[in-house]
Amino acid sequence: MSKRRDEGLTRRQLAGGLVAVSLAPLASGSRAKADDQLSAALESVTGGAAVTEGRVKLEIPSLAENGFSVPLTVSVESPMTAEDHVKAIHILSEKNPVAHVVRFNLTPRSGRAKVSTSIRMADTQRVMAVAEMSDGSFYSGTADIIVTLSACIDGG
Amino acid sequence: MNTSTRIVIPKTVTRGEVIEIKTLIKHPMETGYRRDHRGQVIPRHIVKRFVAIYNGTEVFSADLTQGVAANPYLAFSTVAEESGEIVFEWIDDLGDTHTEKVEITVS
Repeated sequence: MSKRRDEGLTRRQLAGGLVAVSLAPLASGSRAKADDQLSAALESVTGGAAVTEGRVKLEIPSLAENGFSVPLTVSVESPMTAEDHVKAIHILSEKNPVAHVVRFNLTPRSGRAKVSTSIRMADTQRVMAVAEMSDGSFYSGTADIIVTLSACIDGG
Repeated sequence: MNTSTRIVIPKTVTRGEVIEIKTLIKHPMETGYRRDHRGQVIPRHIVKRFVAIYNGTEVFSADLTQGVAANPYLAFSTVAEESGEIVFEWIDDLGDTHTEKVEITVS
C-alpha cells in the first residue's frame, strides 16, 4: 500500500498549497509533478507490474461545477468466477492531496465488477481506475475531468 | 457512531441473481485540511473502511480516504445465493463502528 507515500504527498502539498513546487529533482512545472503523482500511485498499487489499458470503464462527468462531490462508476469486463475475477478496483488521482483515493475489494461473490461512489476533486485533472485481477494482472481506464471549484479551498 | 444510513437493496430476489446494493452513511469525511474561524486545523475524521458480510461471508469491502466525498456513497453488486442477512459495517478512523443489518429473501 501507498500509505507512507500518500502522507508524504499530503504534507508536501499542505506546506505549499495546491500549487506546491515539486520536490522531485527532475520534475519541473505542475504537469510533470502531476504525472509523477499518478505514476507513483500506480506503481504503489501494482508494485511495478505491467498495466494494460482497457477492460476498465470509468464513468465520470467531464465537467464538474464543484469538486466537493463528483460521482463516478467503474465497471470491469470480467466473468467474476472463482478462477477469474477482479480482486480490487483502485481510484487514482493526478492532483488530489491523496493520490490513492479509494480501494474497492471484490470477490467472486460480487457477481459483477461494477462499483460507484462520489469523490472529491482538488483540481482539473486526470483520474485513473485500475483493476487488479485474480491472476495478478492489471488493467486501467482513465478519464479527464475539468473542475471549476476545487474541493480543497480553505473553507471555514 | 451516532449517524444514519440509507441502504437500497431488493427485498425479494431469485437465486443466483446479481443484485445491486446502494449504501450511504451520514458522515462529514473531514479532510484534516480545513481550518476553523480561529485558524485551528479541524482534525481529520473519516470513514476508513466499509464491509458487507452476507451470511457470514465478506462479499465486498472498501478502503476509503479523505478523497471520498462527505456522506460516503457506495454501490456494488453481490450474488443472491441464499436467504438470510447482510451486515454492513462502517469503521471510522476513531475506531467507531456503525452496523446495519438487512434481511434478504431469495426464492
